[in-house]
Amino acid sequence: MRGMLVGAMLLAGLVAFPIWAQAADEPFLITLATRAVILALAAVGLNLALGQGGLVSLGHAAFFGIGGYAMGILASHAQSYAPLMEWPFVIEGTRSMPVIWLVAVLASALAALGIGALSLRTTGVYFIMITLAFGQMLYYFAISWTAYGGEDGLSIYVRNGFPGLNTLVPIEFYGLCLVILLVVLAFHAALIRSPFGLALNAARQSPERVRTVGIDTRRLQLAAFVLSGAITGLAGALFADLNRFVSPSMLSWQMSGEIMIFVILGGAGRLFGPVAGAIMFVALEHLLGGVSDYWHVFLGILLLLVVLFVRGGVIGLLAGARR
Amino acid sequence: MTLLALEGVTAFYGPAQALFGVDLSVGEGEVVALMGRNGMGKTTTVRAICRLIPARGGLIFDGHDLTALASHRAARLGIGLVPEGRRCFRDLTVTENLTAAARAGPWDRGRVEALFPPLADRRRQRAASLSGGEQQMLAIGRALMTNPRLLILDEATEGLAPLVRAQIWDAIARLRAESGMAILLIDKSVKEIAAIADRATLLERGRSVWSGAMTDLTPELTDRYIGV
Repeated sequence: MRGMLVGAMLLAGLVAFPIWAQAADEPFLITLATRAVILALAAVGLNLALGQGGLVSLGHAAFFGIGGYAMGILASHAQSYAPLMEWPFVIEGTRSMPVIWLVAVLASALAALGIGALSLRTTGVYFIMITLAFGQMLYYFAISWTAYGGEDGLSIYVRNGFPGLNTLVPIEFYGLCLVILLVVLAFHAALIRSPFGLALNAARQSPERVRTVGIDTRRLQLAAFVLSGAITGLAGALFADLNRFVSPSMLSWQMSGEIMIFVILGGAGRLFGPVAGAIMFVALEHLLGGVSDYWHVFLGILLLLVVLFVRGGVIGLLAGARR
Repeated sequence: MTLLALEGVTAFYGPAQALFGVDLSVGEGEVVALMGRNGMGKTTTVRAICRLIPARGGLIFDGHDLTALASHRAARLGIGLVPEGRRCFRDLTVTENLTAAARAGPWDRGRVEALFPPLADRRRQRAASLSGGEQQMLAIGRALMTNPRLLILDEATEGLAPLVRAQIWDAIARLRAESGMAILLIDKSVKEIAAIADRATLLERGRSVWSGAMTDLTPELTDRYIGV
């Protein structure tokens, strides 16, 4: 009950803050909030694999980056009027966000299917290492992919469009991102209460016991990993659109680490944990980043305190233990 | 008709051999007891049947060779396991434990709660917070939710208070009378088993040493192989 109350307050804050920023004529703060919402979405994706499934993936930046590059590639071709592919059929670039999101979700889901199918043959520290290796593989591929900017990345001049909205207006783009986050959170909430989600949770506790009730745990975890990758990929497309820029850094292991920090800081396995974690991260980055270049030290101390003393992250601290 | 048939089953834990030749059969609707002292291979036999450890020899369930199957496929054929030590999903509620295991068939939550009324009063309680007896009821209920054709109960009454043990035995008797489900019982309570089982198989050092009707199980045999 307290968990829902904390979640509702968090969401109320996400609605109220940009309205206040708009009234105060602070568009930069709206962009900052947009960044928090998009990073929260990426972390909600990881939370499905990490929090619910116990799959400690240190390669989720791969999906974040694939989503980003899906946006960058499609939009850059639309920008240059050069088709993406001419044979055997013509594929043009696009500036339509819904089409870009669909491509980002499908591409990152497909990548998650391949990476997950191989990685889930291992467990524990080997799973962490193999997901990290896949992430780094894609990172170095992006660096060498000069057709799409290589190390310098890819810039898009104008933010992509969404029917009925002017996405260049910060609060309109923010609203769009927030609605997507809310829809994904609602989907996540329904999923964790479904037999699929319950079995996934049970498999985290004991895969053997889940197998004895007739469930193929590897297929279950693979499905969760694919969904998780797809959500993080969608966040990647939005993040690239926010910055109008995509670069290999979106695929780096540091990015994977940051997404994991959002989840752990906010509360792994808690519905609103990744949202709280991402907001805290962006707020600290903004507030402490102005004071010192070494603000990550303070983040590190905070993370240590949370891991050592608070079970269930910040949401656990505010809402108490699970159930 | 024979539902489960084991013939000369051997199994290993790494390099250590645990089963040296187990013969066992359970017919449709039959209740069979697998008995023996601690460490004689009862749970290992159950783990071999459920494909939780690799095993060799004849392992046939309803015409299917179990040795070729993964554990979840064996379960889907209709083998329901209530593992030793209960082992519910601790972080899930009673209802969630039952829902996570559910497969279509005559057993649903309502029927499980009718068999174990205490579970109906604890629906929203986490499994970890239940008493030992309630956890055992939940473990049996979870196995029933998979709608098995063979229910394997591994030490279902171990470590429970006498009153709770009586409740569990009563539920097993009702299961037998009402559902006609085949049951493989692993337990050391000869008196209770004698009242419920049709046949018994005795294990000694990883081998089946005696099989026969419960009525033929003499005090000499129980003294020698079960130690009671």
